[in-house]
Amino acid sequence: MRELNWREYITTRLIRACGYSAIIFVGLIFIFLLREGSPALVEIPLPSLFSSRWYPIEEYFGILPLISGSIVVTIGATLVSVPLGLSTAIFIAEIAPRWAKEILKPLVEVLAGLPSVMLGFLGILVVAPFIRTATNIPTGLTAFTGALILGMMAIPTIVSVAEDALDAVPRTYREAAHALGATEWQTIWRVTLPAARSGVLTAIMLGIGRAIGETMTVMMVTGNAPVLLTGLESLFRPVRTMTATIAAEMGEVATGSVHYHTLFLIGITLFLISLIVNMAAAGVVFRQRKRAERILS
Amino acid sequence: MVSSAEARQHSSLPQEIKNKIVIEELSVGYSDGTESLRDVSLAIPDHAITVLFGPAGGGKSTLLRTMNRLNDLADVISLSGHVWIDGVDILDPSVDVISLRRRVGIVFTQPVVLPMTIRQNLTYGLELAGERSRSRLEEAVEQSLRAAALWEEVSDRLDDPAIALSGGQQQRLCLARVLALEPEVILLDEPTSGLDPISTGKVEASLQELKEHYTFVLVPHSVQQAARTADYAAFILDGQLIEYAPGKQIFTNPQDQRTEDYVEGRFG
Ligand SMILES: Nc1ncnc2c1ncn2[C@@H]1O[C@H](COP(=O)(O)OP(=O)(O)OP(=O)(O)O)[C@@H](O)[C@H]1O
Ligand SMILES: [Mg+2]
Repeated sequence: MRELNWREYITTRLIRACGYSAIIFVGLIFIFLLREGSPALVEIPLPSLFSSRWYPIEEYFGILPLISGSIVVTIGATLVSVPLGLSTAIFIAEIAPRWAKEILKPLVEVLAGLPSVMLGFLGILVVAPFIRTATNIPTGLTAFTGALILGMMAIPTIVSVAEDALDAVPRTYREAAHALGATEWQTIWRVTLPAARSGVLTAIMLGIGRAIGETMTVMMVTGNAPVLLTGLESLFRPVRTMTATIAAEMGEVATGSVHYHTLFLIGITLFLISLIVNMAAAGVVFRQRKRAERILS
Repeated sequence: MVSSAEARQHSSLPQEIKNKIVIEELSVGYSDGTESLRDVSLAIPDHAITVLFGPAGGGKSTLLRTMNRLNDLADVISLSGHVWIDGVDILDPSVDVISLRRRVGIVFTQPVVLPMTIRQNLTYGLELAGERSRSRLEEAVEQSLRAAALWEEVSDRLDDPAIALSGGQQQRLCLARVLALEPEVILLDEPTSGLDPISTGKVEASLQELKEHYTFVLVPHSVQQAARTADYAAFILDGQLIEYAPGKQIFTNPQDQRTEDYVEGRFG
């Protein structure tokens, strides 16, 4: 009896320590970012920080083009990956015969673990030349190419997580809908998907998260020109994202310089953007759960 | 052993009455090798409550689920025989199962409310069937909830999620959901298993009232309920139909020894 209590005590403590240390690490990272990045806010006047020219060698530190680059590539990737990923997940979970499911599911999981550099290769060697000749533009390394490749990269993540969520919906739900005279499609749309809602949303968030944070691939395929996007046609021009800028320039910058501080400031901005996106998603899921709980009590 | 010929003879009992459903030598086997129904023949009359009773695992639910082809979704590997509804063999692959299921509704043992509001649970089936008129939907909601003895409890919170209802309320909601669709046949698989005696009484009274419009096939949750509600009763044991007779007869003067043992509680 005593021994059991002991084990219980140690296990609880250990788990709690692990949980807290995760929070502490995130906190420390954020503090570090703040310490290295905040001086930039003092060193560079705000108007030039939010200008449209990024050319650090001549002391132009306008971060708008980088933010717009990241946003455009991410939104593009979302538009590519969410519809395709969800339809694939629905196909695997609800429509495919069992043998096809047993082949497709592991295949998708392997794809989800594909190193991003390999997709970068694919982008440079296949997709970019194709886009260049198809649209007759000087270079195929554009925002559009980046969005396409990142979208393809996010698809397996979305499929894998969303399929798990759909699969977890009890069979009885589908039976109940069928018993009311719903077709396969009506069942999926009105019953299975809503029942799997929070899992499906998590899948989308993980997919978008992967797209926002991705560095290597976008460096390889977006052309890396820090140009502010002005219209739809700039989709087919090179862009530069925040992640690519940090990765490309951090190696050669003098520690403590204005440029160095600005790169950290970009890091903070990236951190905040992902935080907001994640909180928004969690808010949607949470609000719905709250509603059900309120009524239950 | 009762031969299948004998069972057929039993099955033809309600002769003067119109038979809504005629089951002929039905056998159903699942993929795990269990033969859940063997050679069952049964004629189910219109405007009456026909009760299927017997010990657990006998195949009662399987029989119900075959009657609206819901077993299409399960691992059925062998299926033979016929189920005639209004003279059409609904096991025929060419039958439109969607419209069949609108005519033959089912209430499951485990209530399954859909992830929607209470009101939407009731109107969903009607909307699928093409009903658009607001007022008619509203009317169906109230009528079906009253018939299922649930109206008093939920009338002021129709727009709350149905998952928030208690187990017994969910079960009655599932009954109401089927009633709202106004099918021709209603299959009830232990529809009152989670209800208190008062709600059970109300539901049973509703069924008696409604039976002039429907064909009810009921799997009761106790022999007592079977005796209370049955116009006709079929005793099913290990996948076989043992005896089929008007309710009064089977519960007061069973012909088969096994039926008698079960009815008098001397079984297993
Ligand atoms: N989906 C299924 N897959 C495999 N076997 C099944 C399935 N459904 C039922 N069975 C088997 O068929 C037999 C009859 O089951 P069924 O559910 O029809 O019995 P029941 O008479 O309704 O029992 P109960 O009174 O416990 O509800 C059982 O042996 C059961 O294990
Ligand atoms: Mg059953």
